Amino acid sequence: MGDTAPLSRKTARTDATRSGARPGPGDAAAAEPPLPPTLRRNAPLVPTDSAASRSLAAVIAILTFLAALCAGAAEMVASSADQWQGAVAQEVTIQVRPSPGRAIDADVARAEALAKATPGIATTRVFSKAEAERLLEPWLGSGLDLSDLPVPRLVTLTLAPGPSPDLKPLRASLAEALPGVASLDDHALWLRRLSTMANTFVGVGVGIVALVLIATGLAVAFATRGAMAGNREVVEVLHFVGADDDFIARAFQRRFFGLGLRGGIVGSVAALAAFAAAGVVARAWRTGPAGEELDALFGAFHVGWRGYASVLLIGVIASVVTGLVSRLTVRRFLA
Amino acid sequence: MADRVRGESLLAGAEGPVVQFENVGMRYGLGPEVLSDVSFEIAPHSFQFLTGPSGAGKTTLLRLILLSVRPTRGLVSVFGEEVSGIASDTLTSLRRRMGVVFQDFRLLDHLTTYENVALPLRVQGRAESSYRAEVVELLRWVGLGERMHVLPPLLSGGEKQRAAIARALIARPELLLADEPTGNVDPGLGRRLLRLFIELNRLGTSVLIATHDFALMDLVDARRLVLGEGRLRVETP
Repeated sequence: MGDTAPLSRKTARTDATRSGARPGPGDAAAAEPPLPPTLRRNAPLVPTDSAASRSLAAVIAILTFLAALCAGAAEMVASSADQWQGAVAQEVTIQVRPSPGRAIDADVARAEALAKATPGIATTRVFSKAEAERLLEPWLGSGLDLSDLPVPRLVTLTLAPGPSPDLKPLRASLAEALPGVASLDDHALWLRRLSTMANTFVGVGVGIVALVLIATGLAVAFATRGAMAGNREVVEVLHFVGADDDFIARAFQRRFFGLGLRGGIVGSVAALAAFAAAGVVARAWRTGPAGEELDALFGAFHVGWRGYASVLLIGVIASVVTGLVSRLTVRRFLA
Repeated sequence: MADRVRGESLLAGAEGPVVQFENVGMRYGLGPEVLSDVSFEIAPHSFQFLTGPSGAGKTTLLRLILLSVRPTRGLVSVFGEEVSGIASDTLTSLRRRMGVVFQDFRLLDHLTTYENVALPLRVQGRAESSYRAEVVELLRWVGLGERMHVLPPLLSGGEKQRAAIARALIARPELLLADEPTGNVDPGLGRRLLRLFIELNRLGTSVLIATHDFALMDLVDARRLVLGEGRLRVETP
């Protein structure tokens, strides 16, 4: 390095390299030892793996986990409510009340005949007196003699698949043939309440997911500002060697997107595991004696593919939010 | 890209100075003026020293040229651009035409020597494979061929200095600013580094070296910008 020739040679060589020419066999560099195989040549410009980075990844993982649980639960409620609504909406009930001076069995048979004559009714089923009394057992206890009580009788009608039929003519003919005795219940009130409840659950779920994502964004913004302050020296040197703001913002964004991705994946996978575990536990309970009733009351514990997809989607959204927020924060910090 | 910039500067250089200060005054906050009525020019392809006692404002003057601070009064022009109210795009493109060696080196501790030296090319968005040969050759030439995979905290003072100089030279700047570049090396290496700057100057780069090493300055017949009590005096050989 004592003489001045190498710099000229370097200049000539770099010109050749830039114009795409390969170094010739006589080139001095050809005789040089090869590059160490362990030489790190393209490490991230923003230092990674500090304690702050690990904490941020943990915060993102926890928030993603909570958001994913929420989204999965909302999706489960929505699909259970759908199933339940479908089952309930497929049935209507005729209630026939006993009335002094009337033969209730004849009234029931009359109501059933009227229902059968109505288009759109697939099957009918008459609850016998014994069956009707058994329905009261959970409330009144067993072993009672209910024969003195005016227990109403039910006829359930299953609707034919397809668009729900118009039940007004049936209601009118029941009122005409059995005035004050028979009434038709199409569960409209129940359905309305059920769908309001399901929509509320889904709305609350979406709201919580949004809040959690906003919290993720804020945590990332704080962390980015901290990282910018901690790496002031790096930012300054990058500026001096000719990096523009966009380049620096991209360097930070890449690092934070990486952290977000790591946190998002951990959170989502944990949420998937939680749902899988809850599914196993629910199946174990269902084999018990009360399982059937629980199933009937709450619906099966089942997170469909849409549930799993929304869990994964939330992981991806958390990473993207992390990258974007860090970029915006850096741009604002540098401006 | 660098070739194009250099071509422009050669044309522009025939007309105007690389750096021009006119009655520049500079104070930090409400403190006293660090620089007062400083006027000078750096001509294209010129070589000069900036000297003066410690605290005379050498580093402030370099920071003004580097556009990291703005003058309190007066005009500073770099490559023909007046710097007050300069757009950030222009600022970046002006900085890419300068190389700078800081007194405290400012190497990034989490990057290897190789990555530090390659930084000016990397921030231009170039692929690593496109500049690898250049970087390796320059590193070997400044005697860091065996140290390119080492992180700066493990380099000696002299090695850090050479890495900082290599980083300043790698993009073949039109203007090289060096703040005490030989401060941490033995006199022999100091002279070799000086020869490196002189050769760079022969290849067309304007060089400004801030130093208070008179022995070093006596080795070259170059213009001296002498700062004292905030004022600048130009001594020509």
